[in-house]
Amino acid sequence: MIPAPFDYIAAQSADHALGLLATHGDDAKLLAGGHSLLPMMKLRLATPAVLIDIGGLGELAGISADGGDLVIGAATRHAELAASELVRADAPLLSHAAAQVGDPQIRHRGTIGGSLAHADPAADLPMALVALGGSVELRGPGGTRRVSADDFFAGFFETALEPAELLTAVRVPRQPGAGWGYEKFTRRANDWAIVGVAAVGGRIALANMGPRPLRATAAEQALAGGASPAEAAQHAAEGTAPGEDMHADRAYRQHLARVLTRRALERQLAG
Amino acid sequence: MRVELTVNGRARADEVEDRLLLIHYLREVCGLRAANVGCDTTSCGACTVLLDGQSVKSCTVLTAQAAGREVTTAEALASDAGLHPVQAAFQQEHGLQCGFCTPGMVMAAVGLLAENPHPTEAEVREGLEGNLCRCTGYHNIVRAVLTAAAAGPGGPASRGAGHDEHEVSA
Repeated sequence: MIPAPFDYIAAQSADHALGLLATHGDDAKLLAGGHSLLPMMKLRLATPAVLIDIGGLGELAGISADGGDLVIGAATRHAELAASELVRADAPLLSHAAAQVGDPQIRHRGTIGGSLAHADPAADLPMALVALGGSVELRGPGGTRRVSADDFFAGFFETALEPAELLTAVRVPRQPGAGWGYEKFTRRANDWAIVGVAAVGGRIALANMGPRPLRATAAEQALAGGASPAEAAQHAAEGTAPGEDMHADRAYRQHLARVLTRRALERQLAG
Repeated sequence: MRVELTVNGRARADEVEDRLLLIHYLREVCGLRAANVGCDTTSCGACTVLLDGQSVKSCTVLTAQAAGREVTTAEALASDAGLHPVQAAFQQEHGLQCGFCTPGMVMAAVGLLAENPHPTEAEVREGLEGNLCRCTGYHNIVRAVLTAAAAGPGGPASRGAGHDEHEVSA
């Protein structure tokens, strides 16, 4: 399978990429690792006329601590995220989630910014960012704004990113020593979650239980009210209307959400 | 567009279509046919090559994205001294059946051992999860990678097994 023709431009800087976005508008797509976009282009589900490659920009890569936050450049690859001692110490759930994406080859190429901007509701990193209460930095012609994970994921493969904006960095609160739980139910080794659950710091996020990564708010409230993991998990699917496919119907996904939430909360308690 | 990159130790410059995928560049422009097109959907790993030493699926990398970088395919593994230790271990442990997945499997194993020279069996199985063998010959493949790891860079057996026709990697 071969993508439809396009013009490839290697951006020289984030500002250069923003300028190109402004020039080419809807005809252009940003390319980083390309592990969501290129498969879609090969299937002709996406046919951008211009590809702006930001994958090699050093200013968008790297991981650092900034006060109470970890700041992760958007072009940081999953393998780097998973291997980072800083992330492992201060946001171990994120480190674990990065190691669950696809397979080693995919993790060598895919980037956190690309995965978040793609906003697949079944993916690992969007769910992890929601569970962690993280945020993204979006740079546009008018400057940079910060959007919380809860507000960033707007719908099915849809985010708060404006067409002329670039996701430059990801922020997650540093929570060294905090318990966390992460459950990903799949049938095949390197697949997306049929249902996923991530729990940390009183927040519970669900993957593939709706058009975007969701908070299990009823279960969070039960937990805050003193419920046990098993009791709180009974509320995990409340308010959800997950899609159906060959892997699972709605009732089965809701069952999985309850079971996986219990496991994640028990793991979180165990530290 | 013009791309300049290093393939198996040799600097190249080629005029290519912007949309040319790395697997097609390697097979059709460079004439390197070890990496195979299998699923063509980033799933099977038959097209695995190393990009700056890291395993990647070349069906999902643009040639343009490899510009200025170093690509290594299975053709570069053997030398005048014989098979690469991972190749020798695949031979010794019979880590292949039909052979279609083998070049990708070997390159994924070379990449894995570069990152983790002494993996456990579980780490080998997880490290190769991006490579499918439709003959289901996984046990011998895992055994081969463990054999290569245990033998270290010297290889599991004598390295005089021919294959002199291959280029030496720089």
